[in-house]
Amino acid sequence: MSKRKVNDAPLPVGTCISEVQDILRKRLCHQQLPDTPEGVQAQHKHLLELLKRTAIHGESNSVLIVGPRGSGKTMLLKCVLRDLLEEKEVERNLLQVHLNGLLQTDDRIALQEMTRQLHLENVVGDKVFGSFAENLSFLLEALKKGDRSSSRPVLFVLDEFDLFAHHKNQTLLYNLFDVSQSAQAPVAVVGVTCRLDVLELLEKRVKSRFSHRQIHLLSNPTFSQYLERVQTQLSLQDDFPDKTFAQDWNASVKTLCEDKSVEDALQRHYNSSKNFRSNHMLLMLCLSRVSVANPAIKPADLLEASKMCLIDAQANMLHGLSILELCLIIAMKHLNDVYEGEPFNLQMVHNEFKKFLQRKSNSMYNFEQPVIMKAFEHLQQLEMIRPVDSSSVKTQREYQLMRLMLDNTQVMEALQKYPQCPTDIKQWAMSAYG
Amino acid sequence: MKYFTRLRVRRVYKWRGKPISFNRKLKICEYTSLDISVEGLPRVTVIKTGQHILIEGDDEDNPYVAKVIRLYGDENGKQKKVVVQWFVRVSEVPLSKLKLLGREPHPQEIFYYQGRSCDDEVDAESILRPVKVQRLDGAAPFPDSDDQDTLSSLSPSTPCSPPTGTPVSRGPARRALPTPDLAIMRRAAPGEVRYSKATMSAGKPSTAEAESMHSATKRSASKCLSAKRRNAFARTPGIRKKLELSSPEKKSAIAEDHLNQLLDEDPESELMLAQRLSSSPPQAVLLKHSLTPLRKNLKSSVLLNKMCLSEINSSPSSDHSTRATTPSKKREPQTLKEPALEMLAEVDNETSPTLPITATPRSLKRKSAQLVSSRIRKQLNLLDDQQDLSSDGEDDFVPSKRELQSSSEDDEDDDGGEKEAALDSDDEVLVKKGRHAAAGCRTPRSKQRTRTSTRTPRRTPNKKQITPGTPRTPHHATPSIPCRLRPAQQPANVLEEARLRLHVSSVPESLPCREQEFQDIYSFVESKIVDGTGGCMYISGVPGTGKTATVHEVMRCLQHATDMDEISPFHFIEINGMKMTDPHQAYVQILQKLTGQKATADHAAALLEKRFSNPAPRKESTVLLVDELDLLWTRKQNVMYNLFDWPTRRHAHLVVLTIANTMDLPERIMINRVASRLGLTRLSFQPYSFKQLQQIITSRLNKVKAFEEDALQLVSRKVAALSGDARRCLDICRRATEICEHSAADTSSTGLVGMSHVIDALNEMFSSAYITAIKCVSVQEQLFLRAIIAEFRRLGLEEATFQQVFVQHQALCRVEGLQPVSVSEGLAVCQRLGACRLLLLEPSRLGVLQRVRLNVSQDDVLYALKSD
Repeated sequence: MSKRKVNDAPLPVGTCISEVQDILRKRLCHQQLPDTPEGVQAQHKHLLELLKRTAIHGESNSVLIVGPRGSGKTMLLKCVLRDLLEEKEVERNLLQVHLNGLLQTDDRIALQEMTRQLHLENVVGDKVFGSFAENLSFLLEALKKGDRSSSRPVLFVLDEFDLFAHHKNQTLLYNLFDVSQSAQAPVAVVGVTCRLDVLELLEKRVKSRFSHRQIHLLSNPTFSQYLERVQTQLSLQDDFPDKTFAQDWNASVKTLCEDKSVEDALQRHYNSSKNFRSNHMLLMLCLSRVSVANPAIKPADLLEASKMCLIDAQANMLHGLSILELCLIIAMKHLNDVYEGEPFNLQMVHNEFKKFLQRKSNSMYNFEQPVIMKAFEHLQQLEMIRPVDSSSVKTQREYQLMRLMLDNTQVMEALQKYPQCPTDIKQWAMSAYG
Repeated sequence: MKYFTRLRVRRVYKWRGKPISFNRKLKICEYTSLDISVEGLPRVTVIKTGQHILIEGDDEDNPYVAKVIRLYGDENGKQKKVVVQWFVRVSEVPLSKLKLLGREPHPQEIFYYQGRSCDDEVDAESILRPVKVQRLDGAAPFPDSDDQDTLSSLSPSTPCSPPTGTPVSRGPARRALPTPDLAIMRRAAPGEVRYSKATMSAGKPSTAEAESMHSATKRSASKCLSAKRRNAFARTPGIRKKLELSSPEKKSAIAEDHLNQLLDEDPESELMLAQRLSSSPPQAVLLKHSLTPLRKNLKSSVLLNKMCLSEINSSPSSDHSTRATTPSKKREPQTLKEPALEMLAEVDNETSPTLPITATPRSLKRKSAQLVSSRIRKQLNLLDDQQDLSSDGEDDFVPSKRELQSSSEDDEDDDGGEKEAALDSDDEVLVKKGRHAAAGCRTPRSKQRTRTSTRTPRRTPNKKQITPGTPRTPHHATPSIPCRLRPAQQPANVLEEARLRLHVSSVPESLPCREQEFQDIYSFVESKIVDGTGGCMYISGVPGTGKTATVHEVMRCLQHATDMDEISPFHFIEINGMKMTDPHQAYVQILQKLTGQKATADHAAALLEKRFSNPAPRKESTVLLVDELDLLWTRKQNVMYNLFDWPTRRHAHLVVLTIANTMDLPERIMINRVASRLGLTRLSFQPYSFKQLQQIITSRLNKVKAFEEDALQLVSRKVAALSGDARRCLDICRRATEICEHSAADTSSTGLVGMSHVIDALNEMFSSAYITAIKCVSVQEQLFLRAIIAEFRRLGLEEATFQQVFVQHQALCRVEGLQPVSVSEGLAVCQRLGACRLLLLEPSRLGVLQRVRLNVSQDDVLYALKSD
């Protein structure tokens, strides 16, 4: 460390660490755009050309970007827009309207938002005047007035496109696509969705007006690419202020990725999901363990983080239950085995539990009915069990039908790890019959 | 109240003097003038030949304008006829023609009517009263008047007495009315009202009312108020609603600014004027015009109009224009603020606080106002400054309370209390401001309001702000997307050119392959127009078969025929079920496109009903295109019923063309009485065959050589086999040109779009992504899919719970030598597959109990997994 200080002058290690954390966090959580989108160059080119034609030639278009969650749809679109706006030709011409199906849940809201973002004349400040019907005709008239060569092109980005297809009559989509297919103001409608069957959601006349261009983002990185990507994600760029620190850091990242156990852990993540969003989650956990005392990511950190990511949420909760509650869960598990998953009620569970107590002739777990009831309710609050929908509220609580929300494997695993679990209970749980 | 009861007056029409000639053959006597008197009133109005008159029409508020050419009657004097030369108001000119004018017409302008389709002989009993029409020199500024009943016209030929400069004799036609009764006044109102389409309907009743108040100058203010209130009660909800429309921000900012300036400049004279006005009813006469034959002289008139427009802009200061505005305008707000109108109060929150004050007896108000105002004046001054800064400089019109007050004061004490009144109203404003300030000026509007009132602390200014000018209603607001700063590039090469031509939006020179359908529709519509009858036609066909395009083509041709004078002119209106939010909006849109009026759905339906069922002295045929008819379905089907019923009326002259996708729509969704009115004139558009598609592309390309023949054939065959949708076909071709362009960069190809490009495009658009998607998912996700299939086979069902599948999944993991996944992880895998709809899932809150189904066929899954 002292060597570094002499060399490059430079920064105390604490500053470097916080700098590193800053840079990597931006990369991992702030969705910082990469300079070039990896693995989707073809799609990038296609989309860029398409939007360019709208912006420069005034050609109307519509396109859907389809891909599973976390596959980089929005990243692609943002990269394209960034590249597009770099062109002088486009920069001051393009109007953008961004809508999100989760925010604009019906056409009325969507129209108001569009009018607002377009700064049309019936907008004062943030308020849009006029009724739904007026807004619609107003907007349509505005778009109709334009023509290919003289109006500014408008880019409509519809995030969560599939949700727009659930609006009444699909009025908004019909009108947007209709504008894109008629000689009005030039528009580009870009839908972003993760549903592969999105076209089936469109009504036939809406579908006919859609140009059927779909850009699929179905990237299939191999494990080595995945590994490489992890490495680049963690590596520092050349412009890091303290060169020596950066070199050390990059070297440590390299050794990390070559470590066998790390590779195994990453392989497991890769098997589970290829997208980088879940990967970022893992890396964030590693990153947060970096400190002055621990100035590089060690394999142990990554393994720990990986364990945290893969942990079963419900098994964890089982560890926190009381012995009584655990007994009830075991009784339910036996009921499930016996009745093949038929729902049960408190009384049945209690009887099952009593049978166990009688066999053991052990009064240690002899609880009053109200106590059992309370434990049962607690389990329901934890959503370990849930009432069967059909059972109405009218039935007494003791007789309300319930289902266990846990898998047998989860119960057994939890028992193994349960701190100081009485052996007789363990045996009871393991026994094949009740 | 009294006025309303006398709404329907009986007018008596009598010949004046002896007949000047008698035609034996026809047995008619010609006269020079006609007397109109109203029963019970001594005044008599004389109509002479050469005079301009208003004639009762469908629209009570906008009577027709005409010039009397000849007056005659039969021997025994029973029948009285008038031969007239018609003029049309701006609002009667079809919007499409208005565009030809090339400028914004003044709302008061009228145009010479040359059409032959109207009878120029009308019953004398339909004459309402004379009107002043003034011919305007092309170069003369359009009188800014807003006074009732003066209509202006620009004449390219005879410039006569431009009203500029001279303060003009104010003897408005209004005062010359046979009686001051309200019914007539109402009719008189349109002139003034027309300056704002939005305020139109709202303004009408209110001005009429104001008018009546004015005439009753002798009444005490309180009496007036109560009368007003009662009137307000009597008003229908429809009217109240409409009042909302006339929201302040629609008014023209520019006009106000001018006025404000003016007013600030010489407040003195303004006061005087106001006084004069309030005491002496007669006002502006002005203008009028002559119209330039619309079609023929367009060019010259456009030129002239431009000049006159510019002049308006530059010299807004002529005294009379401001003066003219006062009388009518100042009252409008009164109704707006009617205390009794609860609804209004809600609508117009900003004004509501002031309402109670208006209602209080004057003396009280005055005292309290003075007290309060003196105390807060200082603070307000401060506030004002700030508000001035904060407001954006746009002077929205604000009906301030002051107007209310002053007008009622006029009534109360015309001459005497002038000074006091002024003071009074000042105070009032201040009080109001105080309230706003206290309320924190929540909306920008209220800010502006207070500001305007402070800026022009005289009494008259505000009245003038309610000037005609250009209303800011959506209709006039000409909403538009801003113009681009750099021009769009023109296509640079053959492929770009081809792409441009292949875009669905480009309008082809002709519509190939639809000749028969075109002919059918053309002859149907033409025959109806020629006969002056009405009828319905139902057009069906799957999307993209050229239904709407063909109808538009027919309309273009008919329009052309009209221009060539082969058939009489007609209106063409188009509505689209998808472009409205609710079926009843259809009425609103039809009405607006027909007359430019805005109304609520119910009111619009009533107006249309009236228009289509009453005989009118002149009427052109209307062709109505209803696209996406199925969306106009309502439970009672009254929208469809009306649309199909109107054409059957004798006077409607309405042709309705309806378009929908399904052939059996009338049988499926329409109840009998609707289907029966629709009739049996049906036309079905068959999907295009591959030959037709090929022809369509070829004709669009129009000699631009961009495609290989085979490629075209492949596209058209493929599309014809799938849907016959021409849009699809064009989109594929367009995409193929793009692919060709990209590939041309690296290989030295022919530059033409070939088979390979088309195949790529087809694959891109028609192939399903499921298989690729399955290939691309992660190992665990693939395992999960296999587990599902295994479980389905075990159960013999196509559905299983997550728990069951998970057991299989664990087993498969072991087989594959992978570490078994936890339940949470398994659920995450399942959700990811569900999100891209490879699986169909129940809501995720069910956890391990949720049921899982495949959204792809099992074979597809197995195929995709095997080929790995």
